[in-house]
Amino acid sequence: MIRLEKRPEPSQNWALATPVLAVLATMVAGGIMFALLGKDPVEAIRTIFWDPLFHPDFAAFSRPQLLVKAGPLILIAIGLSLGFRAGVWNIGAEGQYIIGALCGAGVGLAFYPLEAFWIFPMMVIAGALGGWAWAMIPGILKTRFNTNEILVSLLLVYVAEQLMASMAVGLLRNPEGSGFPGSRNLQQYASAANNELIAGTGMHWGVVAALIAVIFAYILLNRHIMGFNIRLAGQAPRAAKFSGVKPARLILFCLGVSGALAGMAGLFEVAGPAGQITIDFNVGYGFTAIIVAFLGRLHPVGILLAGLLMALTYIGGELAQFMLGLPAAAIQAFQGMLLFFLLAGDVLTNFRIRLGRAEVA
Amino acid sequence: MDLSSINPVLLLAALMVASTPILLAAIGELVAEKAGVLNLGVEGMMIIGAICGFAVAVETGNPYLGYIGAAIGGAALSLIFAFLTQYLLSNQVATGLALTLFGLGFSALIGQSYSGIKPPQINDLNIPLLADIPFVGPVLFQHDIMVYFAILLVAVVAYMLTRTRAGLILRAVGESHDAAHALGYKVVLIRVAAIAFGGACAGLGGAYLSLVRVPQWTEGMTAGAGWIALAIVVFASWKPWRVLLGAYLFGGITVLQLNLQAAGVKIPVEYLSMSPYLITILVLVIMSADRGRASLNAPAALGKSFHAAS
Amino acid sequence: MFRRTLLAAAALAVASAGAALAQDPIKVGFVLVGPKNDGGWSQHHYESAKKMEAHFGDKVELVVQESVPEGADAERVMTQMALSGVDIVFTTSFGYMDGTINVGGKFPDVKFEHATGYKTAPNVSNYSARFYEGRAVMGHLAGRMTESNQIGYIASFPIPEVIRGINSSYIHAKKANPDVEMNVVWIFTWFDPAKEADATQALLDQGVDVVLAHTDSTAPLAKLQEAGALGFGQAADMAEYAPAPRISSIIDEWAPYYIERVQAVMDGTWESVSTWHGIKDGMVGIGEFSEVIPEDVRAEAQAMVDGIVAGTYHPFTGPLNKQDGTPWLAEGEVADDGALAGMDFYVEGISGDIPN
Repeated sequence: MIRLEKRPEPSQNWALATPVLAVLATMVAGGIMFALLGKDPVEAIRTIFWDPLFHPDFAAFSRPQLLVKAGPLILIAIGLSLGFRAGVWNIGAEGQYIIGALCGAGVGLAFYPLEAFWIFPMMVIAGALGGWAWAMIPGILKTRFNTNEILVSLLLVYVAEQLMASMAVGLLRNPEGSGFPGSRNLQQYASAANNELIAGTGMHWGVVAALIAVIFAYILLNRHIMGFNIRLAGQAPRAAKFSGVKPARLILFCLGVSGALAGMAGLFEVAGPAGQITIDFNVGYGFTAIIVAFLGRLHPVGILLAGLLMALTYIGGELAQFMLGLPAAAIQAFQGMLLFFLLAGDVLTNFRIRLGRAEVA
Repeated sequence: MDLSSINPVLLLAALMVASTPILLAAIGELVAEKAGVLNLGVEGMMIIGAICGFAVAVETGNPYLGYIGAAIGGAALSLIFAFLTQYLLSNQVATGLALTLFGLGFSALIGQSYSGIKPPQINDLNIPLLADIPFVGPVLFQHDIMVYFAILLVAVVAYMLTRTRAGLILRAVGESHDAAHALGYKVVLIRVAAIAFGGACAGLGGAYLSLVRVPQWTEGMTAGAGWIALAIVVFASWKPWRVLLGAYLFGGITVLQLNLQAAGVKIPVEYLSMSPYLITILVLVIMSADRGRASLNAPAALGKSFHAAS
Repeated sequence: MFRRTLLAAAALAVASAGAALAQDPIKVGFVLVGPKNDGGWSQHHYESAKKMEAHFGDKVELVVQESVPEGADAERVMTQMALSGVDIVFTTSFGYMDGTINVGGKFPDVKFEHATGYKTAPNVSNYSARFYEGRAVMGHLAGRMTESNQIGYIASFPIPEVIRGINSSYIHAKKANPDVEMNVVWIFTWFDPAKEADATQALLDQGVDVVLAHTDSTAPLAKLQEAGALGFGQAADMAEYAPAPRISSIIDEWAPYYIERVQAVMDGTWESVSTWHGIKDGMVGIGEFSEVIPEDVRAEAQAMVDGIVAGTYHPFTGPLNKQDGTPWLAEGEVADDGALAGMDFYVEGISGDIPN
């Protein structure tokens, strides 16, 4: 008879060990899947986890790419984690990401072809404001009308996608693009471009912002009264009420911050790696970031590591696809498995496994 | 502007078909949520159901066996979720999202040899006599069996939840697992059963897409229907008959906007495509603005893990 | 001194390695926007790539990456392919255009071929197909085959490619049957089988009995079959729906072009070009006219195909007016490629507005 016994405190050792165990377990389970697909499992696993970091031909390129891929995931996940800790469920970061990109790119394109140093900062602010405003819709509906924020934020993702499609073929369409959909490429507009800060490192302003967000979130949660309120509201809502936490303010704060960060992530992406608003500019960062937030145990440093791990499986998965001919679907299933094992591992952190019969209390 | 060219009979008939996948998935999710489990993996379970149903129907040549296969497939996937959240106490939101990711990938993997195939056809019932009644006949009595099955399922769930002891226990588990546990009910087992039921229903909804509504198999063919099903459960404030209403409303708006276009009504199309979502939000606001009632109806233990501290 | 000889020896070694490489297979990369079995756009690029591989046997090595989102991800995939030593990369979605140009700039020795765009560079070509030629034939068939005089068109996004198809279909349907009316439904997606099915149903409910689709799945044909209406294969032949509802089809045939371009790389004759091929060069295939079509209509359609192939007929030949009645092409005037490439208006007679 196997039983779980709650630990008085989450185990620090297990908290560190379980992610490693989970990755190992995924390698075994994923390896079996790859073998069933007729591929060499060892080679497949090596390609996914090792080659992006150390392959002589690719590593110099793909190591910086890890930052490019992880940047938006971390930035969004940090914002979401604050809300998740407080029990505020923003599932619609994808929509806020889109609106941020639209607003930021819109501001930049409005000034085209003027070259000035203040254009890019204005775009960042516009992006953050756009994401913030989009998140305020569920926020205000929640505080005013008690409407469920999970659903409103989620439904607004679809609205944002439609809005973006119509912008890409309408208002923001490149006037020199011979009628094709898509905006001007911001990479080719120096004042608006979010280029690499140091060539070949992958570091662009979005990655910098993500790192700053990690630090700020850490300080906020550990040193600031708002962070205390957030944690209190999540762990003991009644106690929070008695200690004077205003739920409405907390909800608006959490949604606002996560929306603004998601919006900024969208702007950094559209002005940098992606370059332009297109019909399907968004690639699911907003949803993946939810998973990243939980993989990181809602802890800023954990999120940083989880974001990098997710990015590794994406880039390694791409390599495995074209070097070994693995189908994209297998990579997706593999990522799903990794998440299952990581989530399952949590149990060891919070519980002790006991064999034998329950003692009589 | 010629609204008269839209035939309400055909519109109603079309919306019943268009709504059935989300209705099936939503009623299953409702049962899971009533037991206190928030499973965001509906999209993943639907798409697994879509391919399992399709594959079984093609291999056996029997679409009804396909439905059974879809229900088993959806339930099997949901058991991964059940195991992780009920036994290993993982976070339900994150696990549900992971389930969707895994389901989308895994279904594509199974389905690689099934693209470009036609499934065996399912005939409409055309209930004799009734089908010939003007107006009502074509709207109500000329569909395939799953349309009726979905409605029947809503009725059964409504009855079970409110009128039977099993339903009472299920709701008790969803309201307060500690109290239910103290009364001697097996909280975890009941929740696992509810999750599996939700998975089976989602699987059926997916199979309805791949076997009837489209009908073909393509990767990612659910295209967000699972998320809509989730929205409809809350929209319905966890009441089975309102799930029916919500699904038909959503399906109806989707079909109506296409019909308006086809009828040549001059409307800004790109905004119309957003309308189903915007209107759903609007209705959500109106319903929840009636302060407290909708939120009171939410299962109190929704999304919370249960561990029997013995 | 010693150092220099060492370098020279190394250079020699590299040179001989290069000679050895010449016997090595040509490595050909494909970047696909959807899954390789999506039943539409990406599947046809993939199948054409397989035909190219079969043609050359072990003289080529094929690497494929599917479901690559446009934007930063695509650029990374192309870069990784280039780093892995591919000789030529085909990037098969419009949204890959700027990325292809960027990566092309970084790898001047690798050849790039971008589908359906308009930019080129010394090592970047672009290629596209004159699908509007096929749509003219389908439009003619639709006009002749409709009994209700109402035909439907399921459109994805309001871009020139799609608008060109709508206009071409309408012009020829109208020519074949002056009473015809066309209803256009925009669904703002390339791929959502359920929505495509719903749109088809909506058109059927309006009395339409022939539907043309510019989306990728077979969902419209399945719905048409139930209703006993007619339609066309799109991207693929979709022969499993023949003889009805599928009465003919427009097929994407990229294989001849892929074979030609890879051959050019082998021969060392590859040059940057802009290609816009139609039925004549085999890039647009017309699926078999099914027996549902009466003999004389089949002959008319065949005559149109022959005229297009011979160059004696252009689908956009005046007199044609724009939707608002302003003259566009005078009697006998033929639209130039520039006007076609950027088409953003309906021709006279189509009701409704282009979104935006």
